[in-house]
Amino acid sequence: AAAGGGRSGTAAEWGGFEDNMQGGGSAVIDMENMDDTSGSSFEDMGEMHQRMKEEEEEEEGEAGAAEEEDGEFLGMKGLRGQLGRQVADQMWQVGKRQASRAFSLYANIDILRPYFDVEPVQVRARLLESMIPVKMINFPQKIAGELYGPLMLVFTLVAILLHGMKTSDTIIREGTLMGTAIGTCFGYWLGVSSFIYFLAYLCNAQITMVQMLSLLGYGLFGHCITLFVTYNIHFHSLFYIFWLGVGGLSTLRMVAVLVSRTVGHTQRLILCGTLAALHMLFLLYLHFAYHKVVEGILDTLEGPNMPPFQRVARDIPVVSNAVLNTTAKAIALTL
Amino acid sequence: FAGLADVSIAEDIPVEGEITVPVGSHSPDEDYSTLDEPVRDTIMRDLKAVGKKFVHVMYPKKSSALLRDWDLWGPLVLCVSLALMLQGGSADSKEDGGPQFAEVFVIIWFGAVVITLNSKLLGGTISFFQSLCVLGYCVLPLTVAMLVCRLVLLAGSGTVSFIIRLIVVVAMFGWSTLASTAFLADSQPPNRKALVVYPIFLFYFVISWMILTFTPQ
Repeated sequence: AAAGGGRSGTAAEWGGFEDNMQGGGSAVIDMENMDDTSGSSFEDMGEMHQRMKEEEEEEEGEAGAAEEEDGEFLGMKGLRGQLGRQVADQMWQVGKRQASRAFSLYANIDILRPYFDVEPVQVRARLLESMIPVKMINFPQKIAGELYGPLMLVFTLVAILLHGMKTSDTIIREGTLMGTAIGTCFGYWLGVSSFIYFLAYLCNAQITMVQMLSLLGYGLFGHCITLFVTYNIHFHSLFYIFWLGVGGLSTLRMVAVLVSRTVGHTQRLILCGTLAALHMLFLLYLHFAYHKVVEGILDTLEGPNMPPFQRVARDIPVVSNAVLNTTAKAIALTL
Repeated sequence: FAGLADVSIAEDIPVEGEITVPVGSHSPDEDYSTLDEPVRDTIMRDLKAVGKKFVHVMYPKKSSALLRDWDLWGPLVLCVSLALMLQGGSADSKEDGGPQFAEVFVIIWFGAVVITLNSKLLGGTISFFQSLCVLGYCVLPLTVAMLVCRLVLLAGSGTVSFIIRLIVVVAMFGWSTLASTAFLADSQPPNRKALVVYPIFLFYFVISWMILTFTPQ
């Protein structure tokens, strides 16, 4: 019956055929286009579309007569060629749509957009709140899942570290120093967040990864203040006061928030003990051992040809060794 | 919408008009002519565009020329010259020379990319390359400061020279930050300008710190 319909070849039906083809990959198989029986393949797609365009310009009646004769003669073979071509066309379109959708999904920075939706007032409020430990630990405390504040705090910490290196007149190559500073700060933020998130998963604490990143990031505010002050005023006792005071406050806040979200004494102890230890030790590490770490790296990189580094501002090796020893002894005594 | 209910077009009057926007008929000819023109004209046109943007940076007014026709030639030239001037000594020298070329290059471009992503995430309407263009061009005052510092260091490296260098670098840092803020802050929602300005401040602070603490061999 369809072949019979093609036989009439009126302008209206031919126009209908054109509409179907222009729709592109429509599900309607038009029996009038049966002159080519080459197998369905993607390479034929372009050829088919080109032929479609040419056929639009041809005389309708002439082409219609030729088409319907071929269609009548070839029968099932022609049908398969046409069907195959339609399927290939559809698969091409679907594949293209899926690829562009996947690309726009993963390469889209709009995924991160909700985490940057903050106002300056909110950021300021959260910075101040990060130094105030909460009292109510029986009720899960709210943590804002934003990433702007923590990211800016990490970059600020990098800048302060670099500034500190210079004011202490440590003669190290700043190039390697910059990379190490960025690596240390980002490594701490991302690495310790992931580790604590993993522990929280083990201890059944109610916290998501973004919230953990946010919490730890804001906890670095205390570190920034401490380092900014103590890099400019070089007193060890002052550093200890700031370490315990400012560092302790921000650690207490983080610990309190985590405690409020965890059930069970053992779990609370494990989680909060780990976080407190890591946070406080990181501040200690940044103040004292950072110089030594970078110099150690450079020594191993440069080999034995390097002359020993000259320290100008203060006698760090002797003092810091003594300090580290006494600190370690004090901690050992308390435990 | 209720007022549109009685709008009707008489059926016997055909609706007609031009949908296409008339494109200047000389544009295909222009394409051919830029191919045929002497190389000097092409280079001079690009150089003039770059020079005009330098002038815009030195006198930051709220013009859109910097944003509309962005190009990265200026930032590249500035970044390379700054990195060359900041380059430290060779690897086996005792004294602290300074950052290597690659470090400065990477810091400038990586910092600019981070600031651009940040401003886009905060809801900015500016495009990626436009923002890179503005941030790169606003390194110009700091490059000038680097030149001045090098000249001052040729004269001597005492406390006086340090104070001069400090003043010059701080002034240029302020100029850079203000210039880039003038261009970038407009593309943000009004209540979030501070959030965009802070990373720009930090970025130019790090570059100024590198310039100020540079000591020649």
